[in-house]
Order: sequence, then structure tokens, then C-alpha cells
Amino acid sequence: MAAADGLAFHEFEEATNLLAETPDAATTSKSDQLTPKGHVVVAVGSGGSYGVEEEVEEEGDKTALLQEEKPQPGFWTFSYYQSFFDVDTSQVLDRIKGSLLPWPGHNFVRHHLRNRPDLYGPFWICATLAFVLAVTGNLTLVLAQRRDPSVHYSPQFHKVTVAGITIYCYAWLVPLALWGFLRWRKGIRERMGPYTFLETVCIYGYSLFVFIPTVVLWLIPVPWLQWLFGALALTLSAAGLVFTLWPVVREDTRLVAAVLLSTVVVLHALLAMGCKLYFFQPLPPEHIAPPSQATSLPPNILLTPTMTRSMATS
Amino acid sequence: MAEAAESPGDPGTTSPRPLFAGLSDISISQDIPIEGEITIPVRSRSRESDSSTLNESVRNTIMRDLKAVGKKFMHVLYPRKSNTLLRDWDLWGPLILCVTLALMLQRGSVDGEKDGGPQFAEVFVIVWFGAVTITLNSKLLGGNISFFQSLCVLGYCILPLTVAMLVCRLVLLADPGPVNFMVRLFVVIVMFVWSIVASTAFLADSQPPNRKALAVYPVFLFYFVISWMILTFTPQ
Repeated sequence: MAAADGLAFHEFEEATNLLAETPDAATTSKSDQLTPKGHVVVAVGSGGSYGVEEEVEEEGDKTALLQEEKPQPGFWTFSYYQSFFDVDTSQVLDRIKGSLLPWPGHNFVRHHLRNRPDLYGPFWICATLAFVLAVTGNLTLVLAQRRDPSVHYSPQFHKVTVAGITIYCYAWLVPLALWGFLRWRKGIRERMGPYTFLETVCIYGYSLFVFIPTVVLWLIPVPWLQWLFGALALTLSAAGLVFTLWPVVREDTRLVAAVLLSTVVVLHALLAMGCKLYFFQPLPPEHIAPPSQATSLPPNILLTPTMTRSMATS
Repeated sequence: MAEAAESPGDPGTTSPRPLFAGLSDISISQDIPIEGEITIPVRSRSRESDSSTLNESVRNTIMRDLKAVGKKFMHVLYPRKSNTLLRDWDLWGPLILCVTLALMLQRGSVDGEKDGGPQFAEVFVIVWFGAVTITLNSKLLGGNISFFQSLCVLGYCILPLTVAMLVCRLVLLADPGPVNFMVRLFVVIVMFVWSIVASTAFLADSQPPNRKALAVYPVFLFYFVISWMILTFTPQ
């Protein structure tokens, strides 16, 4: 771009060329940071290497501005929803890795989502988890029947429905409640804005990913190993949630922060335990009567304490 | 008559001698007054053939549709990169396959309890809503395949799994045992891989290159669930 000639000549040449292409543009100097779309920016700085860097910067400025200036499509158009699926394979894999390895200073939303939440991850992770729960729950029954032929095997298809409803309700209603609560508290403090609803859904959706391999590992019929895997998965998942929510909650009063975080962890633990006890009914190794199947679980996760109590007594 | 047509009778001709001066006195046929433009004979013939599908027998219509469905079945069984499934999509094949599969799968092992295989409606809902969800997913990710084309491909690629269901049903007539189970497992796995390969051959090209895996994974999950339903089917 820049030649060894006198810079003044070159500048005007460039400017005239560019102006010829875009006749209704005006030239501004580089010091003007805000470059609206219709303007042509001419590199006034010295040295040829500036050109490339400035182009990149301008591109970044332009695209940032374009994203702000583009009119948001209405929620009845298809492209509105398409903006939530604007992810590549590598990005989804990177987000999954980020959720598997939580780190105290490492905010999932800022580092991995980079303020571009997607709906692909939460939706398909929930679908996979629901089906994997139902399938492995059924497989444990098969394995139990091999050990003990009096156990009665049946496909148990209704568990698919139960699993689906439970997982989807948890992964979408709890973030809704959390988001609503954080927005309500936002009025109290001004410093850090809460996460948007989609970011909260993303946090919860990706945090459920660690349960998928755990559920598969629950096939191993060793009880203490199952509880170990469950505790490990719960720790990883809840740690991810807590580390991500901590920056938002830390400016609030101590009491509210403690109550909120402990509620989040307790709900997560309830989900994990409920799934373990409902889909993987522990069968004692002695000769037993066919296990009485539980009646269909109400889809509300808050009722799992009553369900676990009934499991213990039956 | 053709010669008269060839001379366009252009108004701009400045020839002093009118070419076909006496022609207007000749009437070609006393019965039919000829007026208007003289059309090319080929066009009138094609108009006749268009209306002829309305007059054909019902058997012809049905056989034509059945042949189209059969041709697509062949395309699924031997998946090549051809555009027949995509270009002339139809939903007859998926409907036939889905109804067959649901009829064969319903209520395996009825014991009077709630446990049991899926009901007819459950299989139907899983197949159709699963296909719609996958189609929406691939469209939202930016694929350039139309809605019904994608439904058509996903529905037709259930054919290997329907064949697996038939084979499993036959194998289950024999005495149960581990060999029985291994045979069924092998057949279902082979057909599951066949379904995925067939549908990926048709669907993967329509996705942007850095999102192919994101679009193919739900297809994998969909056929996996159907395969699991087939494998766990136990007759009463």
C-alpha cells in the first residue's frame, strides 16, 4: 500500500481512488476511532506495515459496529432463532471442555461463551442425557436379570418420557428462576450486570454434560463405585456453576450470596440423586422378588425428596 | 398454408407488388374459419399429453407413485451420491415405513403393567417429531436443504432399521438365548450403521463445512434411539 514516494501524493491518490469507488463517502483521519459504514478511512500514519494492522482493526471496529447497527430481527422471523445456533463444531467442543474442567478464576461465560450464547449445546446435551438415562437404566435391568433370573425384564419405555420431562424442566425452568432472581437483585447493586437468560441456560446446559459419561459408568454394578462417580460428577458440575455465578453474586450481601449458591448446589445434587435412585434402582445381590416399579414420576424435580423417601421405605 | 405463414406479411415491406394478392379470396376450408395465429403443431400435442394424466386410470397413477417410492428405496439401500431423493421428495415412503415400524413395535411385552415397549403413538411421535427437530436443527445451523427434502431423506433412511425389525421378529420365533440375542444385536448394529451412512450421504453436503458434525450428531442420536427400541423389543 504505502510506497517509497512522497506520502502526500500517495495519500491523495488513494483517497481519490477510494472516493471514486464510493462516491458519497467522506475521508476522515485515522485518529477518528468511530468509523461509520459510509466513510472511507485513509491510513495517514507513516510506514507501510500500518496498513495491514489498521485494516484488521478497522474490520474489527466495523464488524462490532455492524453487529450493533444491524436491526434485530423480530422474534417471529426465522433468522432471529438462527442467531442462537451460530456456532461451529470447534466452538461447541471448546465449550464442553470448559464445562468439564472448572477453574476458580475461569468464568465460563466470559472465557468460553464470549458473550455469544448458543442454544445448540443445551438442547442436544439435554436430549442426549435423557435418552442415555433411559437406555442405561434399562441396561442395568438386563444385567440384573442375568445375575438373577427371577428379575423380570421389560423395555420400560415410559422411563424415556419421564427422563425427558425431568431433564428439560430442570435445564430450562431453574435457569429461568435464577435469571429472574438475579435481575430482581440487580436493582440493589449497580456494578456487574447479571447474565442474560440465554447465558444462564447455556451455563446449566453445558454443566449437565459431565453427567453423560457418569450415567454410562453407572452401569458398573458396584454400589460404592457408583456413588463415587456420582459425587465426582456432582462436584465438577456444581463447581462449574458456582465459579461462574460467583462474580455476579459476590457484590450482593453475604447472606443472599450464600443462600443462592447453596440452593443452586442443592438442586443440582437433588437432580443427580433422583436420577440415580429412579433409573438405577439398587438391587441387593441376594435372591429377591421382582422389583416393584415406581409409579410414574411427577415431572417436578422438587418432589424428588418424597420419591427418595418412598424408595427407601419400599 | 405453410408458405403463407412463412411470409409474415410484414407491414413494413415496400415491395410494390403484393405477394399473395389473390390469397385472401381462397378459403382453405369452408367449415373451419381460420383466424388468429398459427401455432406450432408440437405445442398442441404437449397440451394433450398434460391433460392425459387426468384421464389415466387409477391403477396407472398408483403404480407411478409406487414406482417412485420403490426407486427411492433402492437409492437408500445402495446409497450413491445421487439427487433423486432430494429432487423429487415425497413423504409416502416415510409414512409407510413409520406405520410398519410402529405396528411391529407396539407394546412388546404387555404385562398389564405400565412397563412395556412403546405404544404405536409413541413410536410415531418419536419418528416424526425427531425428524422435524433434526430438520429444524440443520436449517438453523445454516444448511441449505429444504424442510421437506430433509424429512424425506430421514424418513426413507429408516428402511434398513425396518428390515432389521422384520429380521428380529423372525429370529425371535426361534428359542430365546444368548445366541438369539447376539444375532439380533449384530443385525441391528449393521442396519444402524447402514442408516447413518445412507442419510449422511444425502444430508452432509448441504451443511456448511465447519458444522457438519453438529448437524450429523442428532441424526446419530435419532437412529440410535430407534435401534434401541428395536433391540429391546420382546414379544409377550
